[in-house]
Amino acid sequence: MTIDLAIFIGLAAISILTAISMLLSRDAIYSALFLVLNFLAVATLYLLLNAAFIAMVQITVYAGAIMVLFLFVIMLLGSSQDKLGGPYRWQLPAAILLGLGLIAELGITLASRGEALTGGSAPLSEAYGSPASVGRLLFSEFMVPFEITSVLLLVAMVGAVILTRRGKREGL
Amino acid sequence: MNVPISYIVALSGVLFSLGVLGVLIRRNAIVIFMSIELMLNSANLAFIAFARMMAPAAESLRGQVIVFFIIAVAAAEVAVGLALIVAIFRNKESVNIDEVNSLQG
Repeated sequence: MTIDLAIFIGLAAISILTAISMLLSRDAIYSALFLVLNFLAVATLYLLLNAAFIAMVQITVYAGAIMVLFLFVIMLLGSSQDKLGGPYRWQLPAAILLGLGLIAELGITLASRGEALTGGSAPLSEAYGSPASVGRLLFSEFMVPFEITSVLLLVAMVGAVILTRRGKREGL
Repeated sequence: MNVPISYIVALSGVLFSLGVLGVLIRRNAIVIFMSIELMLNSANLAFIAFARMMAPAAESLRGQVIVFFIIAVAAAEVAVGLALIVAIFRNKESVNIDEVNSLQG
């Protein structure tokens, strides 16, 4: 077993265990903190896959900004303890069965057609995935989507402000 | 990294399935949102893995750019979604989705 495989197995175990813990935590605060750990493990995987810039974006935007927003809202609303499953008794077993079925289908597909997924060990220059290389692509080929993203973020910001505004909303 | 790409795609699939499971079994709207983030994140992981698989072709870097856009869209989605949850909480005093079952505010 190579050292790379050992690192991958460790990171995969951390990300899967934190995802399961996130699902099973009764308190939403713990779920959010487990999700932060999951994002950090996945960011480390990005680093190992030669995506340094995306890994840093993942940590600052996902594990930083988005999760702080989540924690802020949880603390604002008060975390409520809730039971698993819905109002019907069959809902929880059905959900678990369907989730396991999805995992099984993905496993069968990968096992039967996974041999097409070769490569990934070609030596790369250090510039691959760096902020300079990704940025050059962003500001040349993906210029229009990049500018549209700024409009999208502005719309989201205005929408969030309007949705949470108090008063003068009786007409809506 | 000297790991077969299929292992990373398998991990991405498992994380996605766990996200689906979270949406199906949890009743707290905030935790459901977190599960959706988990699913987006697993899709990102698959994109990065496929970009690494196609490397060092020049086009392979597009996979990483797509991930950048997905992260931006996820940020916008979270801002609006959490604002909706706060607005629902003001009306219903609850974030349990079973209690949000009428179109009336």
